[in-house]
Amino acid sequence: MKISYYPGCTLKKNALNLETSALAVGKELGIEMVELPRWNCCGTVFTLASDDLMRQAAPIRNLIRVQELGENQVVTLCSMCYNTLKRANLLVKNDNEKLATLNEFMDQEEDYRGDVKVIHLLEILKNDVGFDKIREKVKKPLNGLKVAPYYGCLLTRPKEIGLDDMEEPTILHDLVESLGAEVIDDPLKTECCGAYQTVSNKEVVADRTYNILTSAQSRGAEAIVLSCPLCDFNLDHRQKDVEEKYHDFEKIPVFYFTQLMAIAFGMDENVCGLDLNYVNPLPLLRKKKLIHKKRKRSER
Amino acid sequence: MAEKKEVMVKIYIMNKEHEVPMGLTIMEAMEYAGYRFIRGAGCRAGFCGACATVYRKKGDYKLFTALACQTSVEDGMYLSQIPFVPANRSIYDINKLDVEANPVLQLYPEVARCVSCNTCTKACPQDIEVMDFVQAALKGNFEEAAQTSFDCIQCGLCAVRCPSEIPQYHVGQLCRRLYGKYLEKASKNLDKRLEEIKKGNFDKEMDKMIKLGLNDLKKMYKEREMEELAGE
Amino acid sequence: MRHKFPIKDAQSAFVEKVQELSGQEVMKCYQCGKCSGGCPVAEQMDLMPNQVIRYVQIGDTSVLEAKTIWLCASCFTCAVRCPQGIDLAKVMEALRLLSLRKNIDHIDLSKIPKEELEILPQIALVSSFRKMTSA
Repeated sequence: MKISYYPGCTLKKNALNLETSALAVGKELGIEMVELPRWNCCGTVFTLASDDLMRQAAPIRNLIRVQELGENQVVTLCSMCYNTLKRANLLVKNDNEKLATLNEFMDQEEDYRGDVKVIHLLEILKNDVGFDKIREKVKKPLNGLKVAPYYGCLLTRPKEIGLDDMEEPTILHDLVESLGAEVIDDPLKTECCGAYQTVSNKEVVADRTYNILTSAQSRGAEAIVLSCPLCDFNLDHRQKDVEEKYHDFEKIPVFYFTQLMAIAFGMDENVCGLDLNYVNPLPLLRKKKLIHKKRKRSER
Repeated sequence: MAEKKEVMVKIYIMNKEHEVPMGLTIMEAMEYAGYRFIRGAGCRAGFCGACATVYRKKGDYKLFTALACQTSVEDGMYLSQIPFVPANRSIYDINKLDVEANPVLQLYPEVARCVSCNTCTKACPQDIEVMDFVQAALKGNFEEAAQTSFDCIQCGLCAVRCPSEIPQYHVGQLCRRLYGKYLEKASKNLDKRLEEIKKGNFDKEMDKMIKLGLNDLKKMYKEREMEELAGE
Repeated sequence: MRHKFPIKDAQSAFVEKVQELSGQEVMKCYQCGKCSGGCPVAEQMDLMPNQVIRYVQIGDTSVLEAKTIWLCASCFTCAVRCPQGIDLAKVMEALRLLSLRKNIDHIDLSKIPKEELEILPQIALVSSFRKMTSA
């Protein structure tokens, strides 16, 4: 299957590991994700003011890019882009007047007709590929690896755009299980990581991260798996701030779901992009015999 | 013989009506009307970006932008000059920047306020895809930002209209400098040639040429060694 | 602190403005507290989420000075749990916008440490500025 792919600004640099692992894993499963031309930042978070149309231009402009190609579907990897694009799409689909105003404002573009569907890679994995097929592709089952899925907020909330149940989602659970790992269910799996508070108020994020990670650890988790680059920054990179504040805290590696898939599919470690993970996951992976070569992590 | 009557057009300079001959540029027309440019004029050739102009046409609500020295007057033009744009400019030492450490976001974090409204692109008198290069800068793709912003003449019209207060032209310049210094492949031949110059390989020829008269110089130029043109 | 107010003050211009901007009927809130119970950043807040909406209901504009509206992380937990279907996240946004639309930034871009700007991903800056800088 061939599908237009919307990266989102962070996947080109800070979260490049999510992109490289996703594209490789997709290819292995017969999903060719073709990057949209001339895409722009989606402008996350979806603007909540009832009268704000200017901030809908950014996400809708991307959907016009999909439309220009004659396509009607676009896949994203980032939870926040998924949420923003999908909510903007829903807004204009349900309000002709707003759509008309937006189209008129974006007079350099063709009119958006409202026919594009926004999907997340996890939906394709569940609905089009199926977890059984994924299980078949696993060459290196993640046996003995205890992984706690973390959903964050924007994949499942609000309900009209969520791709799974808001209180008890299972899509990442099912994926992790199909890779052969042991799934650790954690009640804080949909608790907010603090999101953008990380810029002006990282204390809040340090507390949230501490709570979320220690909850998972207390249930036996050895690793976290997630989908969002902001959650990843907060739960992975900000562990540095957590350590400084909470001296009993033990670091725990955090993976993107596509990184775990790439490891389980036996793919080259370069594709997994583990260098960009802040907390070094190699010792854990070595312990579980999931990587063979003694790789040195490049200096960062 | 009938007298050739000059066609005149009505323009409004800071809302004051003036009649000027058609065919003049905005800058020439303003001077015809009696204004003297002591700021907001430079090369008069469309290259320095000093003569940024915002105008509207009678009967139309849209605002347009132009370079005064490059644009002909039209009947019903309402003109306003912008000789200086106070856009934020970060002070930095290009030698001390780390191209891997998000330097654009460090120096211009307001780039993250971009809402992709495309107002900057619409404001650019050079037809540059400004929104595209700002987005490229946000994504960390300095090469694309450098290439796309290449024709920028720093007129500032984009920054003046931007609702997010992004200084697009300063961002573009930073990207071009980063690209030129850190990312573009160095030219091997340049280093070689610089060495040759330092060694004095061209000193004798230069001394000879400096002493030549104008006619001899012209002759030398016409008879210079050239690469064959394609098709010859 | 006791508030004494005649009923008509409850429909002050402030309430109407917030309702218009958020598109939410704030008067429907019956203070069940579910929003505050689920809020992940409630610990750091001065006013609880349910208190914020109460302030709006009675037209008390001092809510605009609360730390709460700026600590909100737009996680939508409150919005999806409200039994009256009030999207409290939208109410929080409306309250923020009442300051932001006056061109008052809540964070100073020039004060973000350079070391932070080195590591912060674009997504963090974009979303933070969206919520905390002038609209």
